[in-house]
Amino acid sequence: MSGRVVALALAGAALVTLPYWIQGSYYINVSSQILFYAIFALGLNVLAGYGGLVSLGHAGLLGIVAYAVAYTLQAGLGHTIAILAALVIGLASMAVYAVLSLRATGIGFIMITLALGEIIWGLAYRWISITNGDNGINVRTRPEPFDLSLASPIAFYYACLIVFLVSLAMVTVFVRSPLGAALMGTRDQPRRMNALGYHVWAIRFWACIFSGLLTAISGILFVYYNQFISPQALDLTSSAEVLLMVIAGGAGSLLGPAVGAALVVVVKSVVSGFIERWNMLLGAIFVVIVIFMPEGLVPGTVRLWRLAWRKASAHASHETEPAASEAEAKQ
Amino acid sequence: MTFYLLLTVNSITFGGLLFLLAAGFSLIFGLMRIPNLTHGSLFMLGAYFGATLVGGMLSIQFNFWVATLIAAALVAVFGAIIERFLLRRLPGQPLAQVLVTLGIAFMIADFGLMVWGGDPINVATPGGLTGFVRLGPLVFPYYRLAVIAIAVAVAIGLWLLLDRTRLGAMIRAGVDDPDMARVVGIRVSQLFTIVFALGAGLAAFAGIIGAPILSVYPGLDFEMLPLALVVVILGGSGSLIGSFVGSIIIGFIYNFGQALLPQLSYFVLFLPMLIVLLLRPQGLFGKFVP
Repeated sequence: MSGRVVALALAGAALVTLPYWIQGSYYINVSSQILFYAIFALGLNVLAGYGGLVSLGHAGLLGIVAYAVAYTLQAGLGHTIAILAALVIGLASMAVYAVLSLRATGIGFIMITLALGEIIWGLAYRWISITNGDNGINVRTRPEPFDLSLASPIAFYYACLIVFLVSLAMVTVFVRSPLGAALMGTRDQPRRMNALGYHVWAIRFWACIFSGLLTAISGILFVYYNQFISPQALDLTSSAEVLLMVIAGGAGSLLGPAVGAALVVVVKSVVSGFIERWNMLLGAIFVVIVIFMPEGLVPGTVRLWRLAWRKASAHASHETEPAASEAEAKQ
Repeated sequence: MTFYLLLTVNSITFGGLLFLLAAGFSLIFGLMRIPNLTHGSLFMLGAYFGATLVGGMLSIQFNFWVATLIAAALVAVFGAIIERFLLRRLPGQPLAQVLVTLGIAFMIADFGLMVWGGDPINVATPGGLTGFVRLGPLVFPYYRLAVIAIAVAVAIGLWLLLDRTRLGAMIRAGVDDPDMARVVGIRVSQLFTIVFALGAGLAAFAGIIGAPILSVYPGLDFEMLPLALVVVILGGSGSLIGSFVGSIIIGFIYNFGQALLPQLSYFVLFLPMLIVLLLRPQGLFGKFVP
């Protein structure tokens, strides 16, 4: 347990000091991307990991929020109003999305959410009079909370980091709350939960709303980071990518989605500079993960680590057996 | 009037193509409960293989129909390999199935880009079907009518296979109740491989048959996948007649939507699916709620 605390403290320190040991704004921007994609993945993980509800349309929700920000700003309103409007619109869209997709569970849920995501993408792509089609909408400025400019990569990185840590804390609290426990119950034993008197549908609905909140937060960071939104951000590939982040990192684990986000973003933006066929590499990584670590990178590594540690300690205790038995004898 | 009649023929043609694509998807979904997200990729892969064989890129120029059969067979074998070596390991794990099928879809998309490049490849209409039928003021290309005939023939063939053969009876048993089918001695795992290969082959077949109309280009895979999904949700998974009716409905909505409401064409495409989900979640002809 203390090893875990040390590891988390080290990771936290690394994140805070990152701009000092990573040179160049390019890599700091990559780190910001990892952070807001990690929030996105955390949000999806609430549904896919803890709720067993695999959504393949979350990029559509992210897109609605991003378009809401861009559209409000284009209408000449301020950043505060834009962010608030985006949150409200994002949550309202999530409520509709949840009501429609919670008609089914399992594979049916996957298919409905995929179709919903495609509808939103189709609207963004074709409803040119509202969304400007493929040309997208520009967002000229970033907000200045407490008069701090977020224009520089480092400032934006810290904004992302703070929001990420808050989001991670929110998910941790949610997972440990009675609602989180009930959600995991509806994932594993929906009928039993129903028989116990839990309102399975309502639990899933509120999980969707919480997931929608995180998606909205990451959508706001997304649009301010890119300062641009186009239908490409909403397509099926984007939805698939965030789902892959969750599953590859470890669905139903707290840190898995962040690790998955780092993996996908690094392959997409850094490795793609060296390897032309990075998409194939990414696909191959996913297949390999499923074969060797079907539970995802984080739980899989933990399992292997424990296995290795147990073996090592068993080996060690075997070697020092006489000493150990002596010690026992003394006691 | 002429406009609407032409649109109708195009709709039925597209519906026919969709049926070829969705029938396999529906069977795989109905029997194996696997969301096969490679299905659009298999469609595209079949089209690329067909284009290569027909276009004489391998220094031999194949007849269109021979090329169609070879490419469909190749993709069917590929599908069987995916099922046998990857999906077989992941029964009842939808997350892992999604990860693997999407991973393969990414790889196929990149493979296509690597081998065939980013430009659309046009496939020549097979000889003998290049002409037009004239009916008064109307002009119908032979090939589009031929696609309709092929789709109907495949539908009848599939129906005979499912309804009149021993294999078909076993597949239906597997769709209705996999556990009970196992208990009475049907080797359901073997059925899985057969059905997956059949579905992959059909998707590839649809890809090649559609190539002279749609051409082949990167991104075709993720354009066709949602359409197959919508058809299956609309018609009901595991139901042949459902796939057929669903395909024709979507064929009409797709073509009429594009022509009449271009700005909202995707919206109207997915709207009937939402209505069906709300009123009849198992689909028009489906037997179970997925």
